[in-house]
Amino acid sequence: MAQHKINYLSEGGLPVALTTVDKLVQWGRSNSMWPLTYGLACCAIEMMATGASRYDFDRFGTIFRASPRQSDVLIIAGTLTKKHSPFMRRLYDQMSEPKWVISMGSCANTGGMFNTYATVQGADRIIPVDIYLPGCAPRPESLQYALMLLQKKVRTESASRKLKPKRLV
Amino acid sequence: MQKVNKLKPFFENLVFEREDNRMIINFGPQHPSSHGQLRLILELDGELVTKAIPDVGYLHRGMEKMAENMIYNEFMPTTDRMDYIASTSNNYGFALAVEKLIDLDVPRRAKVIRMMLLELSRITSHLFWLACHALDVGAMTIFLYAFREREYAMDLFEDYCGARLTHSAVRIGGVPLDLPKGWTNSLMKFINEMPAAIETYEGLLDKNRIWKMRLEDVGVITPEMAQSWGCSGLMLRGSGIAWDIRKEEPYELYDEVEFDVPVSDRCDAYGRYKLHMKEMRESLKILKQLIPMYAETTPELMANAPKYISAPKEQVMTQNYSLMQHFVLVTQGMRPPVGEVYVVTESPKGELGFYINSQGDPYPYRLKVRAPSFWHTSILQAVLPGQYLADVVTIIGNANIVFGEIDR
Repeated sequence: MAQHKINYLSEGGLPVALTTVDKLVQWGRSNSMWPLTYGLACCAIEMMATGASRYDFDRFGTIFRASPRQSDVLIIAGTLTKKHSPFMRRLYDQMSEPKWVISMGSCANTGGMFNTYATVQGADRIIPVDIYLPGCAPRPESLQYALMLLQKKVRTESASRKLKPKRLV
Repeated sequence: MQKVNKLKPFFENLVFEREDNRMIINFGPQHPSSHGQLRLILELDGELVTKAIPDVGYLHRGMEKMAENMIYNEFMPTTDRMDYIASTSNNYGFALAVEKLIDLDVPRRAKVIRMMLLELSRITSHLFWLACHALDVGAMTIFLYAFREREYAMDLFEDYCGARLTHSAVRIGGVPLDLPKGWTNSLMKFINEMPAAIETYEGLLDKNRIWKMRLEDVGVITPEMAQSWGCSGLMLRGSGIAWDIRKEEPYELYDEVEFDVPVSDRCDAYGRYKLHMKEMRESLKILKQLIPMYAETTPELMANAPKYISAPKEQVMTQNYSLMQHFVLVTQGMRPPVGEVYVVTESPKGELGFYINSQGDPYPYRLKVRAPSFWHTSILQAVLPGQYLADVVTIIGNANIVFGEIDR
């Protein structure tokens, strides 16, 4: 946002900031990313730790919501199995636009160490993913960093246009 | 006949269209208080649960099958992902089973370090249980407080092995690392600070009216029920049956340390909550006794069995024969004798058993895990009927189930 120098004493004291609607809306969106409480496996524990006392996710404006209707970000925290995958697709479809996805941990990225008959080899086969977060399990700091990267991404996007359909791998 | 545009949902002999006032609802697999991916099919009469069918398998990753294609040491990190809240207890259960199979004796210092990690992970597990259970019931403050102390325990793990959640700090034949300098001091600090924290939790919860209303006389498990459904650990002790593997079949040095096994006759959720608190205190007591025991030990960390365990690093780097053995052990893996073994340990959740059938190959022929949470999930179908819908969350949270362990 472009801040202009204004003499507050002489010009009625109104601070003026010039910006575009896009930037303002996306600034607001990026600072109130509400993720879904969607714990699948081990990474969910680190996700909870990120939300709890020491790491304190709330200061990013990130408050975990229990309903997909109220959330903007889906953090896939853990192993996605074939049995569970239809549910994740449904949860993603239930979220309102605009929506983003963080794939947390090796299992959600690529299947990780579980190259078996039961595991989906990468959550991006089911839903489009914005940020891939490596680690098994990633530390809370890295989840925070992933969210900051996502905020950066959101701020560069346009607010008004319909989101282009994202690519599935 | 089914109409094409109106397909009926189908689930195990349940009739969804019915004349009476019963309602069938689906609970999970994504539910903030289902502790992972538990799916429950509940039949309700008003607010009363009349039938509950737990549906597991949403986190089935095929770990037992993976074990059949891995050498024994390779499988160790996979055990981390079973009970991921207290991963050392799984590492240890597996390591102990393999050690029994190849008849190995572990050096005393390794035993002491293992016990320290086991009891620390018991504390982190119970703290996590308290945090989540309280959050489910509606006490957000406890969640934040318990996670604060849990982070201190995590720091200790991190100082020792570098990982927070998935440690793999126990190896077959011992432990890979000695305690870092000053670790026992920070452990002592943790032991000294923890009782005050537990008192804080109890001060917030013990006489809290809402907490008592939601936990007292909820989820009653009679001793007969607990036994017939295969409960173990705190679920069994909460029903008044004193059974702790650490006392019944002491492994490691549990026969040398002094601790009590708290038992409660209340049989309800509140009694089990008190047990968790008491057990944390007992774990602290054990940890306190372990620190002087550590000082008395000699510095060997891994068992001396060249056939199965690699020699220490200095020896591998300086002696040709040790290097050869190390090479074979890493590339081909150890070959335990033909036989089968079943070993139980007391994990924070209950009896954790590992069954290994070895045919003399570097891979187990069959590996089976007896996960306590699995049995504690199955008892839900007996406990939930007759309870209110709002109490379902309390009962699930109270059972301390972890889905990595149930579905494996």
